Amino acid sequence: MDIYLLEAVMNGVLLGGVLALLALGLNLIFGVVDVVWIAYAELVMCGMYAEWWLTDSAAWPVLAASAAAIAFVALLGVLVHLLVIAPILGSAPINQLLATGGLLFFLQSAATLLFGTDFRNLGLRLPVIEFGDIFISLSRLIAFVAALLGAAALYLFLSRSFLGTAIRAVAQDREIMGLMGVDQRRIYLLTSAIGGGLAGLAACLLLLQYDVHPYIGLTFGPITFMICVLGGLGNMIGGFVAAFIISQIIAIAGYYVSIEASYVLAFVVFIALVLLRPQGILGK
Amino acid sequence: MLTVTDVSAGYGSFQALFGVSLAVAAGEAVAVIGANGAGKTTLMRVISGLLPASGGGFALDGRALEALPAHRIVAAGIAHVPENRRLFPRLTVEENLRMGAFIPAARKHFAERLAWVYELFPRLLDRRRQPAGTLSGGEQQMCAIGRALMSKPKLLLMDEPSAGLAPLVVEQVFNLVRRIRAEGFTVLIVEQNVQQVLDIADRAYLLDRGRIRLSGAAGELARNEEIRQAYMGI
Amino acid sequence: MTARLPAALAALVLLLLLPLALRDYFLHIAVQVLLWGFIYTAWSMMGRFGLVSLGHGAFLGIGGYVPALLWNHYDLTPWLGIPLSVLLAALLALVVGYPATRMRVVGHYYALVTLALSQVVLLSMIALRDMTGGSLGMTPRSAGRASWYALQFPEKSEFYFLALALWLAGLALWLWLERSMGSKALEAINEDEGAAAAIGIDVMREKLRVTLISAGLTALGGGAYVQYLMYVNPETVSGVGVSLQIVFAAIAGGMYSLLGPTIGALLTIVLAEGLRVAFGTHFIGAANTIYGVLLVLFIIFMPRGIAGLVEGLLARPGRPAAAE
Repeated sequence: MDIYLLEAVMNGVLLGGVLALLALGLNLIFGVVDVVWIAYAELVMCGMYAEWWLTDSAAWPVLAASAAAIAFVALLGVLVHLLVIAPILGSAPINQLLATGGLLFFLQSAATLLFGTDFRNLGLRLPVIEFGDIFISLSRLIAFVAALLGAAALYLFLSRSFLGTAIRAVAQDREIMGLMGVDQRRIYLLTSAIGGGLAGLAACLLLLQYDVHPYIGLTFGPITFMICVLGGLGNMIGGFVAAFIISQIIAIAGYYVSIEASYVLAFVVFIALVLLRPQGILGK
Repeated sequence: MLTVTDVSAGYGSFQALFGVSLAVAAGEAVAVIGANGAGKTTLMRVISGLLPASGGGFALDGRALEALPAHRIVAAGIAHVPENRRLFPRLTVEENLRMGAFIPAARKHFAERLAWVYELFPRLLDRRRQPAGTLSGGEQQMCAIGRALMSKPKLLLMDEPSAGLAPLVVEQVFNLVRRIRAEGFTVLIVEQNVQQVLDIADRAYLLDRGRIRLSGAAGELARNEEIRQAYMGI
Repeated sequence: MTARLPAALAALVLLLLLPLALRDYFLHIAVQVLLWGFIYTAWSMMGRFGLVSLGHGAFLGIGGYVPALLWNHYDLTPWLGIPLSVLLAALLALVVGYPATRMRVVGHYYALVTLALSQVVLLSMIALRDMTGGSLGMTPRSAGRASWYALQFPEKSEFYFLALALWLAGLALWLWLERSMGSKALEAINEDEGAAAAIGIDVMREKLRVTLISAGLTALGGGAYVQYLMYVNPETVSGVGVSLQIVFAAIAGGMYSLLGPTIGALLTIVLAEGLRVAFGTHFIGAANTIYGVLLVLFIIFMPRGIAGLVEGLLARPGRPAAAE
């Protein structure tokens, strides 16, 4: 096997970890609150700016800035729910989608207003490590491992705790949650906070590898929606698997052709799959 | 223990209950019987807070509850086994039981309650890791009752526990209700299966088109000619 | 009906005289409103069927790029380039729309499939940077003067009449679709496909028909837009923002009435321009920040303007929700 292809495959796996994290967050929110946050990737952008600003202007250490950025985006998630989603919970899905679309414009422009359109980064230069003949950047490896840890923590929370069980239960039978003594509004808020927190974690991991600018959400937002749909909207395990499939397509096609062409291919595969299997690749 | 006073309720412009009053004393099993569409399920939904009453009120041990949302009524001590059981199909049996113990007061005693419910229904222990959606009808009813018991309610509401089950299983379900009674729980049960429910209840009310038509000791109602003809097919 | 015709004629005369009264800047806005009004009208032809496309940027991009590419690289006049792009857009709509209606891909899934389609066009244009200039965009080769052959008119007033004609044609098509189907049938399809099929409507065919027409017209609008601006870049025709903007304006204006989408265009363009003028270039992003907030507020607090129209229509079959 071609050593560079192997490298591309490895990088695809590593990219898949971060995309999987985003897909988990979006799917969690969709499954529980039944709303697609079109502006989800813009929350990631906010997290990236928060971390960058804290390290750059406030001179915080990277780890502390990361933690603060995660908390910040979790708070943003709560605010998005309270201010944008809660008032229109009962209205048509397309309105909810559009309201978060307005939020997308808002966040992009607010970031432009605050930070301009320059590309910013942490200025960290992590080494490249060698496995045999393969070179893997440490920042990608860290991002991958942290993403998996985040996903595992989410899994434990959802499967072991009372609140996590309630979150899964809401997605199955909204109406009777009250009979379990569960305040549905609180579950929605908690879910939005977790969804935001996952976006925040993804933001910190992406900032290890990419520059942040106001429109960065557009580069991986659409691909995240595709992943969620492929896995079956609301199906967290499906989304997780789909993230790795899509990132492999991107990595391998990117190796043979170009990065845009690989994304084009990913979207074409997505369209074809949805038209053939509307319930998602893992759907029933 | 439970007093329902002059409750009216409905859905939109459709009124389903017209000034219903009833009472349940501690330790009693009280049945509400009536035809399909008489308002039995509506009454249950009002008492558990799923549907706001448009008039009247109800109280548990003297504490007025009609203004509380459903999740606070559970904490006040009323658990509801809903019509069609309504288990969370993709959660396991044990996770369904965990949901029943969601309120803080129950969470503290989760382990011992769980052991107690498994002792009561050993079948559930065998199936604890299985998704609830894969259980048989009778097992699902066990699980639904177990879930409601996890909060150790003062009052257990049961809505049509025998609906949609095979005759043999119906018999099992009524045996379950007897067990619950024997454990000392106060039960308010709604049933279409009039003969059998009057067999296990102390007292009963007849609900007819949203109004209480008759009430009395269960044995008395079971001998009532009108009820025998209209609801027991005798 | 009798009062409506004179009113429409009077409005038309006013629109024809408009270039005499307006300075260049306002004429520029008027042209934009007409062109986008046309595009939003094209979108709403599908939207009112319940086919909520988040991917009209795909068709806009084809209409914007194909004629310009053919003109620059093959000297092909836009008079052939634009019809070709319209056909191409319709073909793409067929390739995606046929299985989508077949497999009953609806709701979120439909919205996201169409969104993916616009991404395919967007990224293709960027990937073909040797021909298209990539994200920097491209300029159709200038004919240096007003030219019918090149379909280039440096004078805004000349282009204004072209845009006006296009917009009127769009309205006429909208009316024709409405007449040919009957609004009852339209509602029946939107509400309940089974019922629609029962009263003798070939649901799939009708859905495909409006999809193809809507896609083709959007490409036409894209072509006109690029001939007007003499510039195109991937984000401004195929970006996620553009597709969202189309849906937002059409719904806000009212997609069930003839002039609704145009009203949406007027509203959003005047708002955006007003904010831009108010803030100037001192605070880049300020105008759009407020614009975004207004979008959100509009959707939350004017449910009647949006959901109200939809629900009103569904609740009272046989009556169009908004007066024309």
